[in-house]
Amino acid sequence: MRYLPHSDADRAEMLGVIGVDTVQDLFRAVPESALDHPPIDLPDHQAEFAVEAHMRALAGANRAAGDGPFFIGAGAYRHHVPASVDHLIQRSEWLTAYTPYQPEVSQGTLQMLFEFQTQVANLTGMDVANASMYDGSTATAEAVLMARRLTRRQRVVLSGGLHPQYRDVVRTYAGTGDDELVCLPSSPEGQRDIISELDETTAAIVVQTPDFYGHLRDVKSLADAAHEKGALLIVVVTEILSLGLLEAPGALGADIVVGEGQSLGNALSFGGPYVGLMATRSNFVRQMPGRLCGETVDAEGRRGFVLTLSTREQHIRREKATSNICTNSGLCALAFSIHLGLLGEAGLKRLARLNHARAIALADALARVPGIEVLNQTFFNEMTVRLGKPASAVVDALAARGILAGLPVSRLEPDRPELDRLLVLAATELTTDADIAALAKALQEVLA
Amino acid sequence: MSMNTQGRPTRPSDNAASNASGAALLPDEPLLVEIGDTDHSGVDLPEVEIDGSRLGGHMRQTPLDLPGLTEPEAMRHYVRLSRLNYSIDGGMYPLGSCTMKHNPRLNEKTARLPGFADLHPLQPLSTVQGALGVMRELAHWLMQLTNTSAVALSPKAGAHGELCGMMAIKAAQEARGEAHRNIVLVPESAHGTNPATAAFLGYKVRDVPAREDGTVDVEAVKAALGPDVAAIMLTNPNTCGLFEPQIIEIAEAVHDAGAFFYCDGANFNAIMGVVRPGDLGIDAMHINLHKTFSTPHGGGGPGAGPVVLSEALAPYAPVPFVRVAGDGLELVEHEKGTDAFGRLTAFHGQMGMYVRALTYMLSHGADGLSQAARDAVLNANYVKARLEDLFSAPFNGQPCMHEALFDDSFLEGTGVSTLDFAKATIDEGYHPMTMYFPLVVHGAMLIEPTESESRQTLDHFIGVMRNLAEDAKSGNAVRFTDAPQRAPRRRLDETRAARSPKLKWTAEPVRQQAAE
Amino acid sequence: MGVTRFTEEHEYVSAENGVGTVGITEYAQEQLGDIVFVELPSVGAKFHKGDEVAVVESVKAASEIYAPVGGTVTEINEALNGDPGLVNSDPTGSGWLFRITLDDAGELDTLMDGDAYAAHIA
Repeated sequence: MRYLPHSDADRAEMLGVIGVDTVQDLFRAVPESALDHPPIDLPDHQAEFAVEAHMRALAGANRAAGDGPFFIGAGAYRHHVPASVDHLIQRSEWLTAYTPYQPEVSQGTLQMLFEFQTQVANLTGMDVANASMYDGSTATAEAVLMARRLTRRQRVVLSGGLHPQYRDVVRTYAGTGDDELVCLPSSPEGQRDIISELDETTAAIVVQTPDFYGHLRDVKSLADAAHEKGALLIVVVTEILSLGLLEAPGALGADIVVGEGQSLGNALSFGGPYVGLMATRSNFVRQMPGRLCGETVDAEGRRGFVLTLSTREQHIRREKATSNICTNSGLCALAFSIHLGLLGEAGLKRLARLNHARAIALADALARVPGIEVLNQTFFNEMTVRLGKPASAVVDALAARGILAGLPVSRLEPDRPELDRLLVLAATELTTDADIAALAKALQEVLA
Repeated sequence: MSMNTQGRPTRPSDNAASNASGAALLPDEPLLVEIGDTDHSGVDLPEVEIDGSRLGGHMRQTPLDLPGLTEPEAMRHYVRLSRLNYSIDGGMYPLGSCTMKHNPRLNEKTARLPGFADLHPLQPLSTVQGALGVMRELAHWLMQLTNTSAVALSPKAGAHGELCGMMAIKAAQEARGEAHRNIVLVPESAHGTNPATAAFLGYKVRDVPAREDGTVDVEAVKAALGPDVAAIMLTNPNTCGLFEPQIIEIAEAVHDAGAFFYCDGANFNAIMGVVRPGDLGIDAMHINLHKTFSTPHGGGGPGAGPVVLSEALAPYAPVPFVRVAGDGLELVEHEKGTDAFGRLTAFHGQMGMYVRALTYMLSHGADGLSQAARDAVLNANYVKARLEDLFSAPFNGQPCMHEALFDDSFLEGTGVSTLDFAKATIDEGYHPMTMYFPLVVHGAMLIEPTESESRQTLDHFIGVMRNLAEDAKSGNAVRFTDAPQRAPRRRLDETRAARSPKLKWTAEPVRQQAAE
Repeated sequence: MGVTRFTEEHEYVSAENGVGTVGITEYAQEQLGDIVFVELPSVGAKFHKGDEVAVVESVKAASEIYAPVGGTVTEINEALNGDPGLVNSDPTGSGWLFRITLDDAGELDTLMDGDAYAAHIA
C-alpha cells in the first residue's frame, strides 16, 4: 500500500515495544459486537493508474464549461486564473499546513491572511475584513446573525434580488424560532421597494448588488433609509470582480459587506470549495465571526502576525461564541489573494472593464434576436432576458447544440410560473465574439 | 521619487535591514503593499473603453489601493512566504485531533481534471452526470464505512456538519411534536464547536462530567437525561484518544429517553474500516474529509463535513441530494415534496473535496482504509509506550486509539509549562502537539502521529521528546521559556495584537517620511 | 465610610452612599493574565444580583462578570476602552468596571468580607 510506510516486520516490532501480541489488542475497549460485523462491501486498494482511469471516466461524463460557448453565472463565474496561482497554492508549505495556531512556524500563512484582509477591506471599502468564511451564502447567513447581535433586534428583510439559494441558506440559519425573517419574493423588476419594509424593529436589510438578475442597486439610498430606522445595511456581492468597476459598498454606507470570492483565483469546481468574504466597520469587529489575523511584534521586536481577538471564537468561547465556524477557506483565500496580487489595481480595473464590455456586446446581440427582451437597464457582467418560450426547454435545446446558454430562473424558483421564461446570462473576459454569435444564432433558431 | 498615490514607497529603500532571521534560505519577506504598487500587474489584458451608460452612475470613485506584482515578483513573494510555514510534507505534524496525514498528490491531479474543475454548479443536469456520479459514489463509501442509511454531503466543514446533524435532529423532533426538548448534553472533553453548535440552534448546553479514566459514564448520562433533552453530542473515539467503552449502552439510554445521539466524527481515522459507527447506535455523525480522507488542510481550509444519518433522521437531510432517476442521476434541489430541513449552502457542497476524498478511498480500498486505521492506532500507542516513563499519561487503563494524551504533571516544579515545552519542540524541527486540549486534564499535550509516519520518523520524534523531557527535569528551564529561538520568529506578543488590533495594512506616517 | 464586599467569582463591590463600585480582585486579574478587552454594560441598564453584566477578556479566555448586587448602572469606566490594562495594574483603583445603585443594601450582607475572601482564595 503506497501510502503506508510500515512493513509487517515494523508492525510486529512495534507491537512488541507496546507489549501486546496483535493490533487487535489495541482495540480491546471496543465492544465485541461492534468489531464483529460482516466484511465491508467495498473494493480493495488499487494502483494509481487504475484510480486515475476511474476518475477520468467520471470526469469524462461531464461537459466542461470550456468545451464550448458558455454563459452561466448566477453566483459562480468562469474566469481565467493565471497558471502561477495554481502552481503556487500547490506548494507543500501552503497546501499541507494546518491552521496557523503556532505563529512562530506559520508566518507565511499569517502574513498572507493579513494581506488578504487588507485586499478585501480595500475592495469593499470597509475598515476590516476577516480571514474568510466557507462561501458567499454562509457568509450572508452569518452577517444576518451578526446584525441581530449588534442591534439586539430580530427582524431581517431580504431583498427580492438576493440569489434564491442564498435566501434559502439564510432561512435555514436564521429563520427558525420566533425570530422574524421577511423574504421578499424573487423578482427581476430591478429596485423593488425594500425601503417600505423598514421599521423600528428591523435589525437589517440584505441587498445584493449586482443583484441575482444583474441589476445594479442604489446602495446609498438603502443605507440612508436603513440607518434612519436604526437598522443595518448588509450588502451581498456574488461577483467580486464587479468592485473593480463599481463603487465600494463601504463608501456608500454599508455596515456589513459579504461576498463570494470565487471569481478571483478559484475554479468553478461544480460549486465548491469557494471563499466567503466578510468585511465590516471597525467598531463591529467584536461581533464578527471567523478568524482574524493581526499585526504584532515578536520577543525581539520584529514585525510578525498572529490570529487575534480569538475570544469571539468557539475554541475559547464555546457556547457563547459568535459562530461555530472553525475550518474556513484558507487555501481558496490564498488563491484569491495571489490572483488579486497579480492583477493589482490596474489589472483589476482592466479586467472589470473587459467583463463589462463583453456583457454589453452580449446584451446588444441578444436584443437583436426576435422574441428576446433584455430586462436590464444596468448591469455589470450579467443580465436577465425574457424569452418567448420556457427558458429551461430553450437551455436544454441549446445544450444539445453544445452551448451552455445561461441559467433558467425556474431551476431555482420552480414554483413561480411567472418567472418561467426568464434566463440569466453572464459574460466574462473568456466570452468571445464567436461565442456570442453562436448563442444568438442558436437562440434565434430555437425561439423561431 | 518612487511613490504611489497613498504615499508609500514602491521599492524598498537602500538601507533595508539585513537578513533579520539569520537564516540564509529564509529571508524576511516584506508585505505585498511594500513591494507592489498600483500600476504593476502580472496579468496582460487589453485596455477597453466603456462609456458607463449601463452602470447607472454607480462607477467606482473610491481608490482601490491594491498593489500589483508582475509574475516573477509574485512567484518570489509567495514562495518566500511559504518557506516560513511548517507543513506535513516538511515534517511530522503531531497535532492531536487534527489528523495531519499525508495528502496524496493523485487527489490534486484528479480534482484538476477539467471535467471536475471547470464545471459550473448550475449547468443542465444532463451535462454533469459524472459529477453526480462522484457524489453518489462518495456517499456509498461513507455509508458502507459507517453502516448508515443516508448521507448529507453539502456541509462545508466539520462545524457545518454539526449544524447539519443537529438541525436534522431538531426537525425530527418537531415532526414528532417534541419541539420542547431544549437541552443538549455535551461532555466536558468535547471540541468547542459542539457547545457552540448547540447554542447556535437555541439549545441549552448541559455538561456531562468525565470519569477518572477519561471516558463518559453511562450512569452520568442517564442522570442527565430527561424529557427536555434533545440530544447528546459525543466524540468517539473521544478527545482524550480513548474509545468510549460504554458507547452502546449510552446510545441505548439516549434512545430510551427519546433523544438522539450526535457523534462528532473528528476522530474517525482511528476506526475507519474497523468499526462502523452505525453499529454503535449513532443517529448522525459528521466526517471531516480534510482529516480522515486526506484532503489538504491548506492553512485552515477548505474542509468538507458530510454527515451520515440513521434511518430516523434520513428524511430530514438538507437539499441538495442525488438520487437515481431512470437511467441517470438527478439532483434534488428543492425542499418541496421532501422533509428536508432546508439548505446549508448555495450549490452542492465541496465538489473539489469530494473528488479528492473519493480518489483517496479508491486508492486505499476497504483493506487499505482499515490498515490505515490500525497503523494510526499502532503509531499512537508506540509513541505512548516509549514516552510514558518520562511523561505523565493521565489515563492509562486502556490502550489509546489514534492519539496519545499526556498532562503536565511530569513538568511540575521544573518551571516549564506545556506552552514552553511545545515551543521547544519547534526548535527541534517539529510542529508542536495540540496543547491545553482537551480541557479535562491539566496542561494537556495531545499527540496524533497518524498512519503516515514511518517507524524511523517516530523514533526520531520520540528521541527528541525524551531529550526535551529529561532536559526540563534537569533544570534547564531557559531552553524552554526562551523557545523558540530557531524559528522565523520568536514568541509573538499576542496581548499587543489584541489590545490595539491592527487587522489590515495602513499607511504609516513614519514609512512615508522614510521614503522621501 | 464605605464597605467592600467580595463574591465567590472574585468580583468586589465597594459601597458608598447607596452606590457600589464594582471590579475584579487582585487575585482575579493575576489568574486571568493580561486583560485585552472589557465589555461594559450600558449606563441605565438594570440587573439582578447574579446577572451577567460585563465580560473581561484576556488573549485566551473570556470571563463573565456577574452583578454582585442588583441595581441600575450609573457609570462605566470609559478609560478601560483605551487602556484595558488598568484592570491588571490597578484592579481595585483606576481599573474599576462600573458603578451600580444598591437597590437592596441587604444583598451586601450575603457577600464575603475581606477576611472571608482571603480565606476563600487561600
